[in-house]
Amino acid sequence: MWRPCGVLDDTYEKDIAIIRTRPQWIITGLSLFSLIFLPMMVSGYVLTTINLTAVCIISALGLNVLTGLTGQISLGQGAFMGVGGYSMMVLMNHFGFSFWLALPFSVLNAGFLGLLFGLPSLRIKGFYLAMATLAAQFMIPWAIIYIRPDLTGGTSTVSIQAPSFFGISLTTQSHIYYVIMFFTVLIIFLVRNLARSKIGRAFVAIRDNDLAAEIMGVEIFSYKLLSFFICSLLAGLAGCLWVIWMGAINVDSFTLHESIWYLGMIIVGGLGSIPGTIFGVIFIRALELFAQFLGPLIASYFPDAIGASIKNGISPFIFGLVILLFLVYEPRGLAHRWEITKHFYRRWPFSF
Amino acid sequence: MLTLQFLTTGILTGGIYALIAVSIVLVYKATRIFNFAVGELLALGGYFCYSLVVWAHFPLWLAIIGAMLMAVIVGALVERLVLRPLLSQPTLTIVMATLALSSLLSGLMLMIWSGYVVTFPRNLLPGKTLIIGDVVMSNELVWAFGIAMVAFAILAYFFNKTKTGLRMRAVSEDHELSMSCGINITLIFAVTWILAVVLGSLSGFLLGNRLGLTPAITPLIALRAFPAVLFGGLESLVGAVVGGLTIGILESLVGGLIDPKYGEITPYIILLLVLIFRPEGLFGLKRIERI
Repeated sequence: MWRPCGVLDDTYEKDIAIIRTRPQWIITGLSLFSLIFLPMMVSGYVLTTINLTAVCIISALGLNVLTGLTGQISLGQGAFMGVGGYSMMVLMNHFGFSFWLALPFSVLNAGFLGLLFGLPSLRIKGFYLAMATLAAQFMIPWAIIYIRPDLTGGTSTVSIQAPSFFGISLTTQSHIYYVIMFFTVLIIFLVRNLARSKIGRAFVAIRDNDLAAEIMGVEIFSYKLLSFFICSLLAGLAGCLWVIWMGAINVDSFTLHESIWYLGMIIVGGLGSIPGTIFGVIFIRALELFAQFLGPLIASYFPDAIGASIKNGISPFIFGLVILLFLVYEPRGLAHRWEITKHFYRRWPFSF
Repeated sequence: MLTLQFLTTGILTGGIYALIAVSIVLVYKATRIFNFAVGELLALGGYFCYSLVVWAHFPLWLAIIGAMLMAVIVGALVERLVLRPLLSQPTLTIVMATLALSSLLSGLMLMIWSGYVVTFPRNLLPGKTLIIGDVVMSNELVWAFGIAMVAFAILAYFFNKTKTGLRMRAVSEDHELSMSCGINITLIFAVTWILAVVLGSLSGFLLGNRLGLTPAITPLIALRAFPAVLFGGLESLVGAVVGGLTIGILESLVGGLIDPKYGEITPYIILLLVLIFRPEGLFGLKRIERI
């Protein structure tokens, strides 16, 4: 691993530490501290956006474990979020579970369903697997709509009670913020560690060459399934948090379109990179806000009817364009740019 | 009797699916790119045709020719601007590129034609509903099936007799080998994409004439051709036709005899079963991998 000059590891603990130097500790501490006070400083709209971004980070990290680390393409992330969210809604509304009790069950439910759709990865890979997850993306919303509409509400929107925490009802966005941010920081920490553990290295070995990995003693099938499990587990968690963020659930929030956006986020961020994923999610969300701002601006130059269609179409248009530009010009994503910036700063004033 | 009716409808609808499937297989064979944007390209072709018929008041035959010409331009642009810079990239990049293309095109369609359903004028195609015995066949579907079959006949001639067709088959066998035989493979890639987009536009018109066009729904209908492609085998044009017809028939039979809501999901259940039990499909080649 690459080390900056002057940072010496004289003990094993220092060698495996994530946060290595005093400045890093200070930065980490300060940023965690400022996360606590963030809701008091920003307006409601900004906070809602931050919450949504944090939920997306969890889901995108899950997809990054599967696609970025293990190299398996999934087009079903949106559907697995839906599984988490709907399990939570059904458990809370029809079985009287509290949020905290329903959470682990819903997350596990999404995880095991993901495992089920990961089973074809025994025989197929690459683009065929993308097809299997595409089937999941169509079958899961179909099942939500048609199998038990009395429980899931079919295509209609079902609202959900706000969770409570030791007697405090978490109704406002700033309350929800702490729940979401706790899980986001936790998941970032866990995935960061996963990536450099034995499991993470097995994932990377499978991504780089699965036959070679198997010959070297990595059990491909069980690791692939584990990767699917982790991915849909995180998708399920993101789905649950999405539900309490919205206060309601609708099957239209979990379409193929969403799954493509998550793939786009990790591509823009940089495959297999955890800071990259976070950058990617923030970048794409910012892009969406930009499109929402740009749409009415362009629309005001056109007659009403055309203007309205431009407002609808501009967001997918810009998204598609940006992903294509990234694929052609910066396939390693924002994470690579971040590394270049860091190196520039460390080596300054020398250019090598 | 009802079974026969649904079987007929299924075969006729299957013709459209087969056309879409052939468009996917063409591109896959030549360039190893699976085109996830096929639904949007198809809807775009349908919209071109719609605009020429409804906005410009062209006669239908002229509108179809016009839409084909626009499809040629779109196909060439897609190949040149999107796929050529990404030649021989990993699968994920290619998949994501076509997905991004689909997002871009659907945004474009939303901007130009708005999100509402547009329908072609009624009785655009001559003839009226055919009734043979107890079986009813709508003239739109019969036309769609007929046009699809004519397209397949032309394709078969193209691949077996013309020089470009033979070159395309050579390129799909081996890129480097065909290059060393003096085939300009970038040109062949461009021709392949143009051909695929033209076929897609044709099926877009046929689909739009039957069900109407929206930027959100039409591509999803086209996605039902994916199971058809995998069922028949990715490398086989015959397989694409057989797969398309099979998916059409099964969807119609299940939807008609059991429940319409099961008909909708049948193609994807077939897709999953094919992937688990016979990933290479009926006529596909089994890939042997070396390290």
